[in-house]
Amino acid sequence: MARTYKSQIYVTLRPSVLDPAGTAVESGLKQLGYKGVEGVRIGKYIELTLTAADEAEAKQQLDQMCDRLLANPVIENYRFELTELAVSVE
Amino acid sequence: MKFGIIVFPGSNCDRDVAAVTQGLLDAPTRMVWHQETDLSDLDIIVIPGGFSYGDYLRCGAIARFSPVIKSIVEHAKQGKYVLGICNGFQVLTEVGLLPGALIRNRDLHFICDRVSVRVERTDLPWTQNYTSGQVITLPIAHGEGRYYADADTIQSLEDNGQVLFRYCSAAGEINEESNPNGSLDNLAGIVNQQGNVLGMMPHPERASDPILKATDGKFLFAGLLGLVNAIA
Repeated sequence: MARTYKSQIYVTLRPSVLDPAGTAVESGLKQLGYKGVEGVRIGKYIELTLTAADEAEAKQQLDQMCDRLLANPVIENYRFELTELAVSVE
Repeated sequence: MKFGIIVFPGSNCDRDVAAVTQGLLDAPTRMVWHQETDLSDLDIIVIPGGFSYGDYLRCGAIARFSPVIKSIVEHAKQGKYVLGICNGFQVLTEVGLLPGALIRNRDLHFICDRVSVRVERTDLPWTQNYTSGQVITLPIAHGEGRYYADADTIQSLEDNGQVLFRYCSAAGEINEESNPNGSLDNLAGIVNQQGNVLGMMPHPERASDPILKATDGKFLFAGLLGLVNAIA
C-alpha cells in the first residue's frame, strides 16, 4: 500500500555565502522603521506531493531530489517536512 | 578541429559563437541541439551564453539534465576541449566539470559592460595567443556571475594554476574596485585540473569581429585552432 505525502522543502543559502538580496531587503525593512531587524536571508520554498511505500522511502527520495536538483550543495542547505495526506490503495 | 555549439532552449549566444568559429576563423562548426547524444565528430564543444531553460530554479540547474550533458562529460573525460561561456560556465559548475558556483552579483544588478581581464596563464591552448599578464578587454553580461567556492576549493584552484582569467584594472591590478560582481579572488575564468575544460563569465565571442572594434576574444578561439600569431 502506497502512501502519499505533502512535502515542504526549504532551500537556504549556506551561512558562508553572501546574500546581497537579503541585505537589500534588510535595509528596506529598516527604512520602514523596523530597527530591530537583523540577519535577513532569502531562500526558496518548494512544495510537492510524493507517493512512496512509506515515510522512510519518501525521505530517501526527497534527499536525493534535493542533492541532485532542488539544491546546489556548494552554496545551499536544505531541509524538508513531510505530512501524510491520505492512504491510497494501489 | 571541429566546433560543436550546444543549443538549449533559451541559449542566445550560440550563433554569436558560430559567427566567430565558422564566420571569422573558417573552422567546421555545427550546432548541437540539447537532445543529441552523439558528439564523436567534435573536437571542441562550446556551451554558449543565454538563459537555458529560463534559468529556472538556479542558472544551469535544469540544463544539467539534458541528454547532451552525459556526452559532454564523456568528451571532457577523453581530454577533449569544452568551453563554457557565461551561462555555459554556470552549467559546467552545476554538472561538476568545474568546481564552485556562480551566484548573484555582489551589488544585485545585472551587469552589461566591458571589463578588463588579466590573462594569468598562457601555457594552455586557450590562451597561447596572449602574453602572460596581458590585460584584455571583454564584454560581460550577467546577473549571477559572482564566483563562489569554499576556501579550500579556492586555495586548490590557486595552487594548481587553474585560474586563467581575473578581473583587473586597466593597468592589470587585481583589487576590489576592478571586481565587477564580487567574485572571490576576482576569478573570471577557470579551468579543470587537466586544463581541457574552461569556464568563463566574460564573452570572448562578442569581442572577435573587427566590425565591433574589439578583437581581444578572437585570440582565444584562434589559439584553440592552433593558429598561433596567425591573426592580427
